[in-house]
Amino acid sequence: MTELDLDSADGRQEALRRMVTIRAFDQEAGNRFADGEIPGFVHLYIGEEAVGVGTCAALESDDYIASTHRGHGHCIAKGLDPKYMMAELYGKAEGYCNGKGGSMHIADVDAGMLGANGIVGAGPPMATGAALSIDYQDRDEVAVGFLGDGAVAQGQVHEAINLASTWDLPAIFVVENNHYGEGTPVEKQHNLDNLSDTAQAYDIPGVTVDGMDITAVAEAVAEARDRARAGDGPTMVEAQTYRYRGHYEGDEEPYRDDDEIERWKEQDPIESFKDRLIERGELTQEEFDDLESEIESTIDDAIEYAQAADYPEPSAAYEDMFVDQPPELQHFANVARTDGGANGGDHR
Amino acid sequence: MTAQAELELETETMTVREAIRQGLREELERDEDVYLMGEDVGLFGGVLEVTGGLYEEFGGERVRDTPISEAGFMGAATGAAATGTRPVVELMFSDFMGVSMEQIMNQMAKMHYMFGGKAELPVTVRTTEGGGMGAASQHSGTVHTWIAHFPGLKAVAPGTAASAKGLTKAAIRSDDPVFVFENKMIYEQSGQVPTDEDFTVPIGKAAVEREGEDVTVVATQRLVGESLGVADSLEGDVSVEVIDPRSLYPLDTDTIVESVEKTGRLVVADESPLSYGTHAEIIARVQEEAFFSLDAPIMRVGTPDTHMPFSPPLEQEVLPGDDDVKAAIQRIS
Ligand SMILES: Cc1ncc(C[n+]2csc(CCOP(=O)(O)OP(=O)(O)O)c2C)c(N)n1
Ligand SMILES: [Mg+2]
Repeated sequence: MTELDLDSADGRQEALRRMVTIRAFDQEAGNRFADGEIPGFVHLYIGEEAVGVGTCAALESDDYIASTHRGHGHCIAKGLDPKYMMAELYGKAEGYCNGKGGSMHIADVDAGMLGANGIVGAGPPMATGAALSIDYQDRDEVAVGFLGDGAVAQGQVHEAINLASTWDLPAIFVVENNHYGEGTPVEKQHNLDNLSDTAQAYDIPGVTVDGMDITAVAEAVAEARDRARAGDGPTMVEAQTYRYRGHYEGDEEPYRDDDEIERWKEQDPIESFKDRLIERGELTQEEFDDLESEIESTIDDAIEYAQAADYPEPSAAYEDMFVDQPPELQHFANVARTDGGANGGDHR
Repeated sequence: MTAQAELELETETMTVREAIRQGLREELERDEDVYLMGEDVGLFGGVLEVTGGLYEEFGGERVRDTPISEAGFMGAATGAAATGTRPVVELMFSDFMGVSMEQIMNQMAKMHYMFGGKAELPVTVRTTEGGGMGAASQHSGTVHTWIAHFPGLKAVAPGTAASAKGLTKAAIRSDDPVFVFENKMIYEQSGQVPTDEDFTVPIGKAAVEREGEDVTVVATQRLVGESLGVADSLEGDVSVEVIDPRSLYPLDTDTIVESVEKTGRLVVADESPLSYGTHAEIIARVQEEAFFSLDAPIMRVGTPDTHMPFSPPLEQEVLPGDDDVKAAIQRIS
């Protein structure tokens, strides 16, 4: 995105800001989940910030992304507002999905964010579809489908890539290889060293990059974007990364040890990018500390906003099933308003 | 076996989760051809912790972690079942059935019939259903109607710890494809569970969980316990009989009809969406066989044709519960 352009000093500052925002958002989301304020499942992106932000740094603001269950980072990278994201995590009416979606389904289609997704591997077909619209209408955007290493085992992912390749659609598939699908290591899910090798089957480029390095990710995605815009079809970019937290909050992580986590933390994407900016004389440690505390208060504000916001009215449960509300749902909604519940019994 | 007879066996108190695990363990011990497979059923112990400890006990060959490939492993289970082994698949959330539906509806359900009975398919699919944990629309569905509706598949859905164990074992011993629908909100519910290693709940046999005279409530899964609570709270006012069909297909029509002939009133409580569903099937059978015994319209309690919303107050709004069962009973009694 232009404001994230890593070739400009302002863009680099903004990229750093977004990575720090993702981390602060997710840390707080984790805390609030532990406190019982946020229900459901929460999958945190901490450690993987360079992948989402690096990808979006190579995109234009009207490009599309289709996300995964681990979607908070993609949302912030794409420019969504932490305030309305947090409100969504709390199930409040002001949230991006009016409280209907929660952490696993945050979406802002107008902003090009086609939704986090509770179904592993469902994002790539969505991206292929967006790329189809773009191609069909001769528009000049691209669509990115994010997927995890685990999702590479899903049939629908391969069907989506094949379609995009066969039709030369402007799609990019970004594989976030964080080395685990839930508790199962990548070696037990695939008989491949590089997941990007799967691209060969579709005769599209597949590259593997250091996903802890925002620049490496941005460069690979920029190249993929150029190719897509030139009408040469999709690319697969595999970013090698790592999640610091459990699969979801509450995961006891019997499948890995602290040493492994510590080793990855040595290549922390935020620390390393920050150090590079300091080396270049574009940032001081003090400025970084200020940035961190400023973002902390942004996230605190988001929490306060989410806590204070109203829940949707119960009758909202019957809205949004269709554009054109069928009488069945209208009936349930009417009963709900009069009797306070519409779980059956009274069908006219 | 009736609920009564089951309790005459030696029992132990355990949760639904422990009861299923015990059933799985006993069948793994009993028959070497039985093995489990699914996502993170091994070391991780299953996301809802049902298979915890079995990997340590039986090893990775018999408690197999799969890649995230529901279409692949559902089909592989069908192929394996046709060729001499007895796979027990865990489909983490029943919503993911969407991903594996081809293999279920065109292969698993049809092979035995299309091949003129030549292939037997002793495959069991365990999966979790239901709202109530804020898991939103893609992890909260109640889809057992699809399977019960589809010719060639059997569907069971326990409401108590005893039936959870007995149905799991019966499913594994069955030579037909059987789906076991576990409501995730009752995993912690405790009950008396027979410890006899040959205790099973015959597929197609309902349980009268509570006898009553005035109204029959046919309830499934979580709503069994909730209906029993409602029945207790109405004691002295309305006498409520609670039946857990346990098996949705085949369905024990006789037990339900007999009850309605006695009470003349029926409420069907099931978490699936109200339109075109499990409720409708039970009601159709009752009106076919006991129409002239009915004293009041039949009521149904279910999810009002929406997906499960994330926000807690919305989820509570659409999730059927004891208050809905009570209102339905009171409306007709
Ligand atoms: C179709 C489907 N199968 C299984 C799941 C359960 N599940 C959620 S996340 C996950 C692991 C995904 O691994 P990966 O794709 O590597 O993403 P990561 O969580 O590592 O970001 C699984 C198995 C699901 N949500 N959808
Ligand atoms: Mg992963």
